[in-house]
Amino acid sequence: MIALIFAHPYPDRSRANRALLAAVRDLDGVAVRSLYERYPDFDIDVAAEQRALAEADTVVWQHPMYWYSTPGLLKHWFEKVLARGWAYGEGGTALHGKRCLWVVTTGAGPSAFRPEGMHGHPMEAFVPPVEQTARFCGMRWEEPLVVHGAHTVGDEALAAAAADYRRRLAALLAEARGGDDE
Amino acid sequence: MNEHGLLGDAIVYLAAAVVCVPLASRFKLGSVLGYLGAGCLIGPHALRLVHDPASTLHFAEIGVVLMLFVIGLELDPKRLWAMRRAVFGGGALQLAACGVPLALGAMALGMSWQAALIAGLALGLSSTAVVMQTMRERNITPTPLGRATFSILLFQDIAAIPLVAIVPLLSVSGEPSEEGAWLGAAKAIGAILAVFVIGRFLTRPILRVVAKTGMREVFTGFALLLVLGIAALMASAGVSMALGAFLAGVLLAGSEYRHALEADIEPFKGLLMGLFFIAVGMSVDFSLLAARPLAVLGLVLAFQGIKGGALRLIAKTLGVAAIERWLFAALLVQGGEFAFVVFGVARSAQVLPGEWDGLLTLAVALSMALTPLLLIAHDRFLARPAPAREADVVEDHEAPVIIAGFGRFGQIVGRLLLAHGLKPTVLDHDPDTIDLLRAFDFRVYYGDATRLDLLEAAGLHHAKVLVVAIDDPDKSVALVDVVRHACPELRIVARARNVGHWAALRARGVELVERETFESALRAGRATLTVLGVPPFEARELADRFRRHTLEMLEESLPHFGDVERRREIARSARRQLEEQIQKDQAASRRRRESAAWSGGRDPGDA
Repeated sequence: MIALIFAHPYPDRSRANRALLAAVRDLDGVAVRSLYERYPDFDIDVAAEQRALAEADTVVWQHPMYWYSTPGLLKHWFEKVLARGWAYGEGGTALHGKRCLWVVTTGAGPSAFRPEGMHGHPMEAFVPPVEQTARFCGMRWEEPLVVHGAHTVGDEALAAAAADYRRRLAALLAEARGGDDE
Repeated sequence: MNEHGLLGDAIVYLAAAVVCVPLASRFKLGSVLGYLGAGCLIGPHALRLVHDPASTLHFAEIGVVLMLFVIGLELDPKRLWAMRRAVFGGGALQLAACGVPLALGAMALGMSWQAALIAGLALGLSSTAVVMQTMRERNITPTPLGRATFSILLFQDIAAIPLVAIVPLLSVSGEPSEEGAWLGAAKAIGAILAVFVIGRFLTRPILRVVAKTGMREVFTGFALLLVLGIAALMASAGVSMALGAFLAGVLLAGSEYRHALEADIEPFKGLLMGLFFIAVGMSVDFSLLAARPLAVLGLVLAFQGIKGGALRLIAKTLGVAAIERWLFAALLVQGGEFAFVVFGVARSAQVLPGEWDGLLTLAVALSMALTPLLLIAHDRFLARPAPAREADVVEDHEAPVIIAGFGRFGQIVGRLLLAHGLKPTVLDHDPDTIDLLRAFDFRVYYGDATRLDLLEAAGLHHAKVLVVAIDDPDKSVALVDVVRHACPELRIVARARNVGHWAALRARGVELVERETFESALRAGRATLTVLGVPPFEARELADRFRRHTLEMLEESLPHFGDVERRREIARSARRQLEEQIQKDQAASRRRRESAAWSGGRDPGDA
């Protein structure tokens, strides 16, 4: 099972995220949880979210990058759902051993993510806060899937990224199923 | 009538009404038929429990007087002035169109032209009591049809004054006294002026004084005194009591006491109207019917045929919508209470021979009893949602939202949609609201939102969502039933008045139901917590959790909603759970604070 936590406040208007989501949502074993549609008032149902995570072997966080981080509701989700005593701290082992895949799109193209570029740092510099969040909860960190230039990337490149996304989720699902068989 | 007799009569009337009216409405016959049936049953020709229908009828006319007063209260002079064409043009047309053929028919039956003229015009009048009561029950009053019908009734009430006045002039035996007529006219004008002065200048200061005493019963007493006094004044001048009361009502329509007067008069009106119908039922002379069945039935048939046909013919000229023309005719076809008065006067003035008085009175009474049946027949055979109407009222089929009920709740929904560039179609039956909406360019439809033809005219089949914002829970549920049946795919967003209403809506498969006070009460609770020192965001989270929990509990109790004990049990256990959960959270947050202090802030969840 894959719990795909999707955070986009205006999914209608997204291009890259919509294409990525469309590529994987029909995979058997993928459960999409669109946070902004589920919790437009930010009143996250913590128990329901924790149940969904507990059932999953892999957790995917998919969202556009906002201010070098996640959209507000996903950040709020981290704060509420990844609770002490459940996700970390004493007795907090609910997520131990699960895989975590970060799927993030950026508005700017790859050239902006250089020391001399618009954003002043390579993309790798923005990964640690999210990565460490997963690791702190005992999850295994997968190589992130990054799509730059969400509004400008060509259709072909976007389709290739979507296909790559699908392949990776299919592989994770197959691995989990194989693990069950052992 | 001695005291014992009065008490006994009252018990008979009330018991008859309590038995017959619920029966009649159970079989969807309308309350009028129930009362009439009760009257027939207890009257001098059946059970003989009450013996004096004439004096009862006279007394019960006060019910009609009170009704006209209440109607007047709802019509301020400005609106009345706007109706002047409908009243004087439409009313005169109706009376002429019905009265003339009826008079010719009477002449054909061998009456003198004087008698035929009186009889024709008197039969042309309709029963304000029957029509208004029926229109109320069917919620027709505020529709264009209701206004056209009411204008005609109003004209008839005015026309009855000269009608009664000319009877003596047509007397074959007595001296036609012109002086008497002039005196009568002068008295009538004097009485109307007096009502104007009382209604416009005297009543409000007195009401203020009475209201200041704070004694509700004195206020009620004064309200009754006012209406009855005016009625007596009018009667003494030979003018319709109902017309006087109506004028007084109109003059008080703009006053701040309008609603209080209405509320106080309403129960008396209802009871006396019932008594009035009972009295009409009692006055049906079954012995005459038994003696001359063919003559009576033939007379009723001819009367109803001529009048109904004439009404149907003029309906178009009066601007009645195509599908409502037969309904219009069926509403107004019966003879009215004023015909009884006119026949009585005409007989004593020897214009009308005694045998005709009896026959005509019986025909009018039977026609009143026939009206509810005609309306039922109309609904069964003629009423259909006609495309003609849809075409002439709906310009834009694309309106994706219909809002039924545009009071305090619906208005907020509508304004939010409007702010988003969506123009909802609105159904409401409060003329005040509708005037206001017109000013804001809403598409508004008058009338009862539970009527399928109206919903279809409003574009039900093209809408994406219907907002049910009606405040009456019964109506709201009835509307949902109608729509679920006609348009099962349509999404419904509904306002619930209370938990019972919520459950009724959920049980009908409505998913999006909002209890009208719930959200605002939660906000008030949040505000209170904040005042007590709970930080605002924490108060919000508490309210969020409370909401989630309460709604889950409600959903859980839905299958057992009829089982009060079970519901109470679910509510109790839910409350316990919520308390436990909150305590657990607070303990966890305390522990976290303590451990953070101890571990030097090494908690990324509380760094």
